[in-house]
Amino acid sequence: MSGPLNWLSQIGSITKFGLLSLPQRRGAVAATVIGIAGVVAVLVGVLSIAAGFRQAMAVSGSPDGAIILRSGADSEMVSGFGRDETRVIADTPGIARTAQGPLASAELFVIIDLPKRSTGTDANVPLRGVEPAALLVRDNLKIVQGRMFEWGKDEVIVGRGAAQEFAGLEVGSKIKVGRYEWPVVGIFSANGGVAESEIWTDAKILQDAYNRGDSFQSVSVRLNSPDAFQAFKDSLTSNPQLNVQVIRQTDYYAQQSETLTRLITTLGFLIAFLMAVGAVFGALNTMYSAVAARTREIATLRALGFGGGAVVASLMVESLLLALVGGVIGGTLAYVAFNNFHTSTMNFQSFSQITFAFKVTPQLLARGIVWAAVIGLIGGLFPAIRAARLPIASALREL
Amino acid sequence: MKFLHLIWSNLRRKKLRTSLTLLSIIVAFVLFGLLSAIQQALVGGVALAGADRLIVREKVSIINLLPVSYEARMDRIPGVDFSTHQTWFGGVYQDPKNFFMQNPVEPEKFLKMHPEIILPPDEEKAWLATRTGAIVGRRTAERFHWKIGDKVPIQSTIWTQPDGSQTWTFDIVGIYDGKDKGTDTTPMFFRYDYFDEARQQWGKGKVGWYTIRIKDPSQAAEVAKRVDAEFENSPAETKTEPEGAFIQGWASQLGNIVFIVAAILSAVFFTILLVTGNTMAQAVRERTGELGVLKAIGFSNGQVVALVLAESCLLTVIGGAVGLGLARAITPVVAQNLAGLLPMFFLPTRDLFIGLGLSIALGFVTGIFPALQAMRLRVADALRRM
Repeated sequence: MSGPLNWLSQIGSITKFGLLSLPQRRGAVAATVIGIAGVVAVLVGVLSIAAGFRQAMAVSGSPDGAIILRSGADSEMVSGFGRDETRVIADTPGIARTAQGPLASAELFVIIDLPKRSTGTDANVPLRGVEPAALLVRDNLKIVQGRMFEWGKDEVIVGRGAAQEFAGLEVGSKIKVGRYEWPVVGIFSANGGVAESEIWTDAKILQDAYNRGDSFQSVSVRLNSPDAFQAFKDSLTSNPQLNVQVIRQTDYYAQQSETLTRLITTLGFLIAFLMAVGAVFGALNTMYSAVAARTREIATLRALGFGGGAVVASLMVESLLLALVGGVIGGTLAYVAFNNFHTSTMNFQSFSQITFAFKVTPQLLARGIVWAAVIGLIGGLFPAIRAARLPIASALREL
Repeated sequence: MKFLHLIWSNLRRKKLRTSLTLLSIIVAFVLFGLLSAIQQALVGGVALAGADRLIVREKVSIINLLPVSYEARMDRIPGVDFSTHQTWFGGVYQDPKNFFMQNPVEPEKFLKMHPEIILPPDEEKAWLATRTGAIVGRRTAERFHWKIGDKVPIQSTIWTQPDGSQTWTFDIVGIYDGKDKGTDTTPMFFRYDYFDEARQQWGKGKVGWYTIRIKDPSQAAEVAKRVDAEFENSPAETKTEPEGAFIQGWASQLGNIVFIVAAILSAVFFTILLVTGNTMAQAVRERTGELGVLKAIGFSNGQVVALVLAESCLLTVIGGAVGLGLARAITPVVAQNLAGLLPMFFLPTRDLFIGLGLSIALGFVTGIFPALQAMRLRVADALRRM
């Protein structure tokens, strides 16, 4: 037999011994596996919140979409335009057009209080007034239940996420806005995007209800092509009639999600890291006791001529396998428990609720497995070295 | 107590195993401490809310303003002691990342309404005398190294001055402290009269929300109803609720925090329970013979159970105490990094005791099964295994 092959077969046979003896160490093994599963489940679970939020934001923007705000405004909430300004914006070259005119929707954005289903407490639900082009400016907008509201009528449609998270938004129910009561006539989906958190109505109706005159807060447009953005932006920002900033839809949503994603990711990693440290100690314990229980066996093998390196490697393989089993269990748990779990939270930038679903992505699962493997390797390394260093003679005497 | 030495030697028999277990317990309690601090930061304000204070906001949404004239009308409602208002200014100091709250208030009434805000009398006098004066909490003052006498420029995205400028300059005339540890000392407060005069036409004479002091806290619900009835069918209807409920609702907007924290903690404790339980079980199994000897020389079943339980509890309590101590030591550091985001991030003493209680419970649960096993041990069987 050649050197490396021989070494590999040594590792193979020692590992087999180890694995066959697992049932005798059931308790310790289960503790390690479940411990690592716990770490992976929490890691993947917490990060799936951030992944879901980011995904909701990502599908909201299309590369040829742009949003125009008053210069200096960091969200729609604090932006504002008059009718004359929105008209100038809509007539700027670069905006895609249909027979009905340019694909530009001047919009109003306000907040109303509605109770959250989960806690029963009031939440800031966004209410958006739109113009007819709004449905074409955004991707994948579909009425999934009921019908579209009629322009000029006191009616609203509700995003699928909002209808799920907040009470009183079923088709047929009415929402109260000040002195007005508006019936919900339809539910729409937006491919899981931010619009699904919102309630939509005709901008004119909302202007009247809020005494806003003929003013708006933002303009959303669809451009001829993603490349048209720079020219479009330049012509707007250099227009002396306007004082605006132009942001790509994709950038706008990325910027809106930044604070929350950072907060969740930081906390998620911190918690998972601490748990992982705890799990490493657990894994170390298991493997040390495995080594202690097999002192004689290992010494016998060494006496028969098995190499120290092979002992180390096989113990590492054993620990790694246990950890991977734990990782897979944890990942599966997280997937079953958290994938597509619907929730809503406060988006600080827009001061309003945003609904989204947790996403356990393949990348997250892979990350979980990598963490498990690292825990397993660290947990196996030191006990393995100890096993390899055991003086053979004295270990055999323990018989 | 006389067996303490025995318990201690038992723990030291396998130093490596004991220290590894101890370390994982410590980690668990550090985590417990941090999660408690997060929860404190998000919902802790509820406990500090004044029982005699109500918050009045616009019914449709808090972003809609209320007329300043409501104050006088509210003061006439039976059961109301007095009322005052605040408005969300939403300004930015240098960079949007430096977030902290700034609100225009009526200085005298504001300080009377909020006794938890401690401002030296001479600074209060200076505030009343300086139109552009502002007071700022200790935490924000330290964060930006502001001193009394500094002029601070704040950019507002909401409120512009008539010349179109968005920069408001305030004179820092006072730095306040909180009465309790949990009092938020990040906000800055400045004078409403200055604000109202200087802001552009839009919004003039309108304020964000009111705080009402009521004469009898037990009448809170009735007074709230009366306030809302007073403004019913007006263009700006109100929604009145106790301050605690208001803060609670605000925290719930973030999500079901209590639930999430509880879920993570149970995952952590379940994991640690397994690790520690396994260690204890092993330790007892290895000592079967010794336990037999103890019984043979006259230790009662109860004493054996107590010995094993004491050992596991000692381990978890040491781990718990060290972990909680560490958590207490690092929370201020973490808080520094979270500054604007979670102003009230700290580990309350109450949670330290809860943590210690948990550590005893953990020791008990992990020790009880091996202990029962030891109790059931028959002396003859045990000795034969020696």
